[in-house]
Amino acid sequence: MENAIEKHTIAVLVDNEPGVLARVIGLFSGRGYNIESLTVAEVNNADHLSRITLVTSGTRMIIEQIKAQLGRLVPVHRVHDLTDEGPSVERELALVKVAGTGDKRIEALRLADIFKAKVVDATLTSFIFELTGTTSQVDDFVGLMTQLGLVEASRTGVVAMSKGPAAF
Amino acid sequence: MSEQKLTGAQIVIKALKDQGVDIIFGYPGGAVLPIYDALFQQNDLRHVLVRHEQAAVHAAEGYARSTGKVGCVLVTSGPGATNAVTGLLDALCDSIPLVCLSGQVPTHLIGNDAFQEADTTGITRPCTKHNYLVKDVDNLARTLHEAFYVARSGRPGPVLVDIPKDVQFADGTYVPPAEVKHKTYRPQVKAELARIEEAVELIANAKRPVFYTGGGVINAGPFASKLLTQFVKTTGFPITSTLMGLGAFPASDTQWLGMLGMHGTYEANLAMYECDVMINIGARFDDRVTGKLSAFSPGSKKIHVDIDPSSINKNVAVDIPIVGDCGAVLEDMLRIWKARAKSPDKAALKEWWGKIEGWRARNCLNYNRTESVIKPQYALERLREALRGKDHYITTEVGQHQMWAAQFLPFDQPNRWMTSGGLGTMGYGLPAAIGAQLAHPDAIVVDVSGEASFLMNMQEIGTAVQYRAPVKIFILNNQYMGMVRQWQELLHGSRYSQSYSEALPDFVKLAESWGCVGLRATTVAEVDQVIEKMLAVTDRPCIIDIAVDPRENCFPMIPGGKAHNEILFGPDDSPSDATPEDGMVLV
Repeated sequence: MENAIEKHTIAVLVDNEPGVLARVIGLFSGRGYNIESLTVAEVNNADHLSRITLVTSGTRMIIEQIKAQLGRLVPVHRVHDLTDEGPSVERELALVKVAGTGDKRIEALRLADIFKAKVVDATLTSFIFELTGTTSQVDDFVGLMTQLGLVEASRTGVVAMSKGPAAF
Repeated sequence: MSEQKLTGAQIVIKALKDQGVDIIFGYPGGAVLPIYDALFQQNDLRHVLVRHEQAAVHAAEGYARSTGKVGCVLVTSGPGATNAVTGLLDALCDSIPLVCLSGQVPTHLIGNDAFQEADTTGITRPCTKHNYLVKDVDNLARTLHEAFYVARSGRPGPVLVDIPKDVQFADGTYVPPAEVKHKTYRPQVKAELARIEEAVELIANAKRPVFYTGGGVINAGPFASKLLTQFVKTTGFPITSTLMGLGAFPASDTQWLGMLGMHGTYEANLAMYECDVMINIGARFDDRVTGKLSAFSPGSKKIHVDIDPSSINKNVAVDIPIVGDCGAVLEDMLRIWKARAKSPDKAALKEWWGKIEGWRARNCLNYNRTESVIKPQYALERLREALRGKDHYITTEVGQHQMWAAQFLPFDQPNRWMTSGGLGTMGYGLPAAIGAQLAHPDAIVVDVSGEASFLMNMQEIGTAVQYRAPVKIFILNNQYMGMVRQWQELLHGSRYSQSYSEALPDFVKLAESWGCVGLRATTVAEVDQVIEKMLAVTDRPCIIDIAVDPRENCFPMIPGGKAHNEILFGPDDSPSDATPEDGMVLV
């Protein structure tokens, strides 16, 4: 049980300064931790704070190490394990380009409707769909589109937030 | 506040003075010329010119470790900075507070592959606690003060500040340290009281306890060592320490078991193996200490005090984690112990000590005392006797001599022992000795060395001569990279691949060529004589070449992948069944 691999989503608030992302990524590569997904953008312009959301996996001991190692980086303000700290919402955005004509094109459009994907670009031989959803919904959509002429997919990686009124 | 403008270089000097720096170790070059010009025009800050930037960092480490202050280094861009990298990582591994200033090419050339340009912040990111590139002169003073704060706070470490040459020339505003507060970095000093109370209860009920202490106690300052000694004396428990923690508790005390770990004493390692309560204060369960993790102290409840949360549960799962400064935690522990009128289980403790005395009687540091050849252990025993009662500091290089020094030289005070523990950097000892000597001009500073390690930074004799630092370089010359040879003997069928020190210089003549004193001992009778002569030299460095038994190995030894109770005592213990296959791959 102790050595079971767990998947965790961790949110990190950092000073938006040069090198901060390199510090975080260097920590993971240098210590041999996994990064399954990582997103980063400034969330507070006045105080120059960025929020990093990362999905990682490891044993319980490794996950605790990752959080402690992140916490000791000097520009890190806070580290939250969203997986441990109660329910949270996780979303990913994907742009998916599908090329083709005829039945496949119609089927792609029909499935996009079911997944509530938006068409953000259309030509006579292609669509770009925009889809927001959980990682598994995006996986499913991309899987289906692969059979219908998918030529390109671009995904943001996970952003996440804990449920309820409490702030980060 | 006066709006007086200073150049970046002047801001650097002013910030260092305001931070209490009195000595800076460095080497000039194109990208730091403005700072060297500003240094030239003042007299408060003393610059010590080393012969290689790696040595500047080690010298600053020696200064920092012997004084408890932040060490300071100044190097140029490109090769100046890359040469400093080994020293920075050494300081990171051993948690030594340093600030290293590096020159950088002008901001408009950064990224253009300019002459002597290196991505210094990129290269040093994993080798420092934190680093900065200052692109605006108005951020320079603030950044420097922050660097000192980060270097000495929490778990100390090296901080690098990279300063482009145009920033050193530009005019900017100075801010004093009092006006600078770091935005976020606030390490936890006081620990959770509930945890400490829990720990006190566990300690009071222990039947077979042991204190296991480390460099964290030294880093917490001399007060923490006093509190530790007081607590250990109050409980009557046995105590052992890591290589980094020697001196926090007096080695002359009967409760002292000696160092633990791969070359630790039998009694210390067995006490760790068989204890029921382990009180780890400021140590990090390093692989040199734990040996085989699955067999590490299998029956004990473990308390772990550390200022760095990432040290806790990293290698060994503990029962009571306590995050805080060792001094602050010890203070609370002692207070609660007294307030609750706790006392140890005397009967159990008596039985436990009985067991320990049995292990101690094994006399594990014993060696073959012979008149025919100088044993390295003998030379160190004689050094120990000669230094007794004298104000002295010891540094070492890395290898067999380092472990023998840890085994045979006793330390009764903190900050007296400086050795490269975490990184294991050959060439550390001589520059570190120079740093310690310049901080303590009237004390005796001895670099216990091996001939191979000494060659790695021997250019620093020039520094020692220039600044009249009378360091004693005590070379246990066995003509081998002894520890490499020992492992080859035990693990690689005595195939001594590349571990013989071919083409050695005449160390006496080498010393004389620098105007130092050179001494040599080749017989047992000469050892005392050269030590006496060495101690009489007070105005220049002294190199002592002691021809020791080239075949001697360092025991006791727990081979890689073995547990604390599977110790080798000497050459008669068979190495063939000593190391399992999976242990071979360990270093």
